[in-house]
Amino acid sequence: MIIAENISKKFRAVHAVNNVSFEVKEGNTLVLLGTSGCGKTTTLKMLNRLIEATSGTIYINEKNIFDQKPEFLRRTIGYVSQNNGLFPHYTVAENVAIVPKLLKWSKTEIIEKTVELLDQLKLPFAHFANKYPNELSGGQQQRVALARALISDPPVMLMDEPFGALDPVTRAQVRAEFTAMPLLKRKTIVLVTHDIQEAFELGDAVCLMDKGKIVQSGTAKELMFKPENEFVKSFFDQQRLFLELKSLTFDDVWNEFETADETTQTPLFLSSKSLWEGMEKLSNLNKNRLIVYQSATKSLKYFTLTAIQNAAASYKQGK
Amino acid sequence: MEVQQSLWEFMFQQSGKLWSQTITHIGLTCISLFMAVFIGLPLGIWIAGRKKAAWAVLGLAGIMQTIPSMALLGFMIPLLGIGPLPAITALFLYALLPVIRNTYTGISGVEPAVTESAKGMGMNKWQILMQVELPLAMPVILAGIRTATVINVGVATLAAYIAAGGLGEFIFGGIALNNTNMILAGAIPAALLSIGLDFLLSLLQKSGLRRMNKVMLVLPVLLLVLSSFYLVPYTGNQLLAGFTPEFMGREDGYLGLKSKYKLDIPTVVISDAVMYKAAFEKKLDIISGYSTDGRLKAYNLVTLKDDKNIFPPYYACPLVRTEILEKYPELETALNLLSGIIHDSVMTELNFKVDYLKLAPEKVAHDFLLSKGLYKKPLKGSKGTIRLGSKIFAEQYILVEMYKELIEGNTQLTVQTRTGLGGTKICFDALTNGEIDLYPEYTGTGLLVILKPDTKTMSRVSGSREKVYDFVRSEFSRQYKLQWLKPIGFNNAYALMMRKEQAQSLNITTITDLKQFSSNEH
Repeated sequence: MIIAENISKKFRAVHAVNNVSFEVKEGNTLVLLGTSGCGKTTTLKMLNRLIEATSGTIYINEKNIFDQKPEFLRRTIGYVSQNNGLFPHYTVAENVAIVPKLLKWSKTEIIEKTVELLDQLKLPFAHFANKYPNELSGGQQQRVALARALISDPPVMLMDEPFGALDPVTRAQVRAEFTAMPLLKRKTIVLVTHDIQEAFELGDAVCLMDKGKIVQSGTAKELMFKPENEFVKSFFDQQRLFLELKSLTFDDVWNEFETADETTQTPLFLSSKSLWEGMEKLSNLNKNRLIVYQSATKSLKYFTLTAIQNAAASYKQGK
Repeated sequence: MEVQQSLWEFMFQQSGKLWSQTITHIGLTCISLFMAVFIGLPLGIWIAGRKKAAWAVLGLAGIMQTIPSMALLGFMIPLLGIGPLPAITALFLYALLPVIRNTYTGISGVEPAVTESAKGMGMNKWQILMQVELPLAMPVILAGIRTATVINVGVATLAAYIAAGGLGEFIFGGIALNNTNMILAGAIPAALLSIGLDFLLSLLQKSGLRRMNKVMLVLPVLLLVLSSFYLVPYTGNQLLAGFTPEFMGREDGYLGLKSKYKLDIPTVVISDAVMYKAAFEKKLDIISGYSTDGRLKAYNLVTLKDDKNIFPPYYACPLVRTEILEKYPELETALNLLSGIIHDSVMTELNFKVDYLKLAPEKVAHDFLLSKGLYKKPLKGSKGTIRLGSKIFAEQYILVEMYKELIEGNTQLTVQTRTGLGGTKICFDALTNGEIDLYPEYTGTGLLVILKPDTKTMSRVSGSREKVYDFVRSEFSRQYKLQWLKPIGFNNAYALMMRKEQAQSLNITTITDLKQFSSNEH
């Protein structure tokens, strides 16, 4: 768990971060979203003291981070920097072993852990261990960077635009793998991005930042449908329809759909999915109508393109 | 004529000397390089990320680099005297800039994402430096060390001028003596050394990023081992002699001292520009000077009598291209106005004014001509241009200035001067190639450096002033189409010199006395 209270950073006369507070619950992912220069990266780096806060308090797992030596603090926090930051003169295995070596693990322990983790990340040890970063693709490099941050199994992870250097296709792919990783589901994560879609997909909560302040924080849905001011509203204007469909789940608008009796459809399409995913499903399977299942009520509903559009429209009006 | 020696024969014959010079050279280069790395590397690391300090340090090291190498050695002499210490210091200063600059560039060039993620993973400053920054910057740093090495091998040849040894002894000796084999015997090993060390370092540089940790260990060890080659000549309580590169290789110099006088004393090679002062400051006890040198008077030195007559007469005369004399016959008359006017003591006095009182050679020449009633205002004619050359010491500058005024005052010719043309070989080649028209030369030099007659002819002519003059006059005219005009009057022969008080206290007045003294010391 991370609690940041009234943290500020002044570079000479400029307030890069101004009185920001937030809380990340254990196992949750907080996304700091905003345009470049809004202070999101500065905020992130204050959490592992790469940048020292000018004022404010930060607690990670109930410990004041300012009571610890910065090096020791950082060894307990996973950190993925922008552009992956792999050491070009270290092999994949050596890169992954950096933190364990700092923590003085035994050699066998390091190898065991590395083999396990690389296999999980689809980078088979036998094939990749002795390669150098420049021999890997962008996506593979990013996964090594992730492995490097995860190897010591830190409870907290900080990620600074972790997918920023990847092309859109690889980006979507790595991101999908990322969300699917069981190892990451338990982690408390703070992630910085300027990509709204990424923020909505990965964040349990999103903090929208501007000029060093948090303008609004909440779930993607809250940001979309209950914007606190004009800035928040206009921030999402460009892809509004897409983002709305992405942030609404079938659960949110369950009553808008017609009941279905039974289904032969496998696998079941779950109501926790977003409306956007429903549309994708219809289009991918080339169907007019599909059935969605809500496990809480054990009920089934029909959905079509028109039904989804109507549901979204009435949610907007009804809010 | 004796059959000319081949380069190979020369190198074989001189192999002992060649080895010791090469080893000295490696030692000089590597000690200074080691020091430059020892100081420059931490300095470069320190200024990386400190903009103001970087500006100041790189600026200062840059200025050091722009000082001509000879001048830098010159600056060192008043501070550190002669010998290895000033030479190593100068080389060190030269090597500093490439090392600092490349360390700075290398460290600053490490991708910030890499150092930041190192920091983010919990590495401390020292770990980041040793495991990330230095290994990644190492190829650039090594490139700087390579540059410094090549520079140092080159500049270290100049160390021979200040008695620090090295391959420069052969190179400058060869230039002074017009001995191509000797020049090459120094120059080729120096070039090979430069290529070899550069190659060695390039292997380290290309060993790949992954082995940079090992390179960081190998490099200092390698430099230390190579540095240990350098052994400073040890003299104990004996007298120490400093001879010019030219004197070292001449029959009428060091070789004659060894063969005729059986003189065997510890010797270093040194430039005549700093030799007198070094003797005065008791860094050296015996030097090979010129008998009319003004510094003889300035530094209170005495010449030892050449009681076995190994130094032939060195009467100064204008040496002119025959072609020019035929074209402008009035030139000869103008040049001969000086003939018989300047005798030994007069020349010493004039040299003293320039060398010690630091008067301009132009002024000294002008005042002298005025006092002798020889000065005439320039006629500003336009009949043609005469190009005067001179070697690189005061006496020649003075003579050239006198000739300039005499020619311009007595003929319709104008004069261009090209002074400071190094040694005999450079002047002589410039003259035969038609790049200059005349320069003052000495009969003995013409005989021994240019003509190099066989032993029989030598013994026939060398004792007498007239015989030497007649011999060089006829041979130069025949072989090179060059004319020796009438002697100016003084004899600037080689002489061994000592400090007056030391010579008196040891009761040494002749070279034979010196030989006796040094044998007793053994």
